[in-house]
Amino acid sequence: MTDPAGPVVEARGVDLTFQTADGPVHALKGVDLTINQGDFVSFIGPSGCGKTTLLRTIAALETPTGGGLTVNGMTPDEARKARAYGYVFQAPGLYPWRTIAQNIALPLEIMGFSKADRAERVQRVLELVDLGGFGGKYPWQLSGGMQQRASIARALSFDADILLMDEPFGALDEIVRDRLNEALLDLWARTGKTIGFVTHSIPEAVYLSTKIVVMSPRPGRITKVIDSPLPRVRPLEIRDSQEFIAIAHEVREGLREGHSYD
Amino acid sequence: MKRVLPVLTVLLAIIAVWYVAAYFLNLNWATQQLAREGIEPTFSALFNNTMAQERPVLPAPHQVAVGLWDGLAGQKITSKRSLVWHGWVTLSATLAGFAIGTLAGILLAVGIVHSRAMDQSVMPWAVASQTVPILAIAPMVIVVMASVGVTGLLPKAIISAWLSFFPVLVGTVKGLRTPDAMQLDLMRSWNASASQVFWRLRLPSAMPYLFASLKVAIAASLVGAIVGELPAGATAGLGARLLSGSYYGQTVQIWSALFTAAALAGLLVLMIGWIERLTLKRMGLAR
Repeated sequence: MTDPAGPVVEARGVDLTFQTADGPVHALKGVDLTINQGDFVSFIGPSGCGKTTLLRTIAALETPTGGGLTVNGMTPDEARKARAYGYVFQAPGLYPWRTIAQNIALPLEIMGFSKADRAERVQRVLELVDLGGFGGKYPWQLSGGMQQRASIARALSFDADILLMDEPFGALDEIVRDRLNEALLDLWARTGKTIGFVTHSIPEAVYLSTKIVVMSPRPGRITKVIDSPLPRVRPLEIRDSQEFIAIAHEVREGLREGHSYD
Repeated sequence: MKRVLPVLTVLLAIIAVWYVAAYFLNLNWATQQLAREGIEPTFSALFNNTMAQERPVLPAPHQVAVGLWDGLAGQKITSKRSLVWHGWVTLSATLAGFAIGTLAGILLAVGIVHSRAMDQSVMPWAVASQTVPILAIAPMVIVVMASVGVTGLLPKAIISAWLSFFPVLVGTVKGLRTPDAMQLDLMRSWNASASQVFWRLRLPSAMPYLFASLKVAIAASLVGAIVGELPAGATAGLGARLLSGSYYGQTVQIWSALFTAAALAGLLVLMIGWIERLTLKRMGLAR
C-alpha cells in the first residue's frame, strides 16, 4: 500500500493525441501532476482544455500516447482492475429498472461481494450521502440532486481509494449545488478519500479543493497549480472571506494567462 | 362508455359502408338473376337478392357473421368444417414459428452487438431475406422439406419464423445498443466482464424494444403460417380454408376464415401486450 501522505497519482509529461478525420488533436500535452493521498484536486478550465480527458486518463478510460502515468504505483489499467476508482459522471446514470439500493449494489454484484456484505455496504453508503430511507425507491421517484447523491454512494460502495468526479453537479441548480458541495466536503472529511473533481465553476473549485489545477486548451495543458491555504474544514461562509476571494482571483489570473478568455 | 363510444361509431360506419359496397358489388349478378327468373327488378327485390346470394362477390356482414358462428360454434371442434380446429392448426404452427423466429432473432442480435464481423456480415443478409417474396419461398421450403420426409407443422413453422425473426432482430439490436457511452464507461470502471454488461445492462435496456418487436413478430408469424398452408394443397389450417374457399367461389368461407385469422392475430398481440405490462411492471419500468 502507499504511505498515507504519499503520491497517489503521478503524471510525468503525459501526452494524449486523438487521431480524428480532421487530423490529430492534442487533447493533452506535457502534463505533470502529483496528487497526494487525501488531496481534493479540482481541474478547472474552459471546454476543450482536456480536464475531462485527464480525469479519464487517470481512470484508464483513455490511454496516453506519451509520458508516464502511475496510480498507486501501478499503471492506470492495473489500478482500474484493482478497483482503485469510483467514477461519478455528470448524469447519475442510475438504471431505471433497479431501486436505489439495487443500483448501489450493482458494482458490488459485479465485483462478487456476498449478499450480506452488499446489504451492509449499501446501507452504510446510503446513510453517508443522507439517503437513508430511500433505498427502496426507484430513481424516477427522486429529485435530480438526490439521484446524483445516489450515484456518489454507488461510487463509494466498494471502498475505492480514489473518487473521480466529472462535473457531478453541473446539471443541478446553484442552491442544490451549494448543499451538495457542503455534503461532499463533509463526506471527504469523514472518509479521507482522494478526490479528483472536474468543474467549470471557479467558486466551486476554490470552495472544495486543497489543490486547484488550472488548464487551458489547444493543446490541453496545465497552466497553473494552486495549493489552497484554506483549512480543511470549510463552512459555506468561508466564501465571503478575503482568502477565498484572493484564491478565486488567482484562479482567474491563471485562466487568463492560458488565454482562456480569448 | 366514453372509451366504447368512438370504437362503436367507427365499427358502425364500417358496417354501413360494407352493406352499401355489398349491394353495389353484387348488383350485377342480382340483375341478371332477376331477369332470368322474370321478376320485376324493383329496388327491394334487388336489395334482398344482393344480401342473400350463395356466392356473392362481397358477402354482406350478416352472412359472414352467420358463417363465422357456424364455423366456430356450429360444428364439433374436431370436425374439418370447424374454424376452431383449423384455427388451432394454424395457431400451433404460428407459435412454433414465433418461438423459432424470436430465438433466432435474439441470438443473431446478440452476435451482431458483440462481434464486428457479424455486424457487417449478418445484417445485409437478414434484410435480403425479407425482400424475397415469402410466397416464392414458401412452396420451396414445403417441397424441399417434404422430400426429406419432414411434413406437417415444422415446414410451416419455418416459413413463419422466416417472417418473424426479422423484426425481433432489428428491435433487439437497437435495444441492446441503447446503453450510452457513459453507462458502458461506468461498467468498465468496475471492471465488468462482457457477460455482466450483457445481463445487467444491455438486456434490461433492450426489453421495451424487444416487446415492441415481438408484437410485430407474432402478427408476422401468423401471416407466415397461413402462407405456409397455401401451397401443396394443404387440407388443414386457415390458409387451406382460404384456398379451398377461393377454388369453389365460397366467399363467405373466405371471409369467415379471414376474420378468424384477424381475431387470432388480435388476441396474440393482446397477449404479448399483457406479458409486456407484467414484465415491465416487475422490472419497475412501468409507472
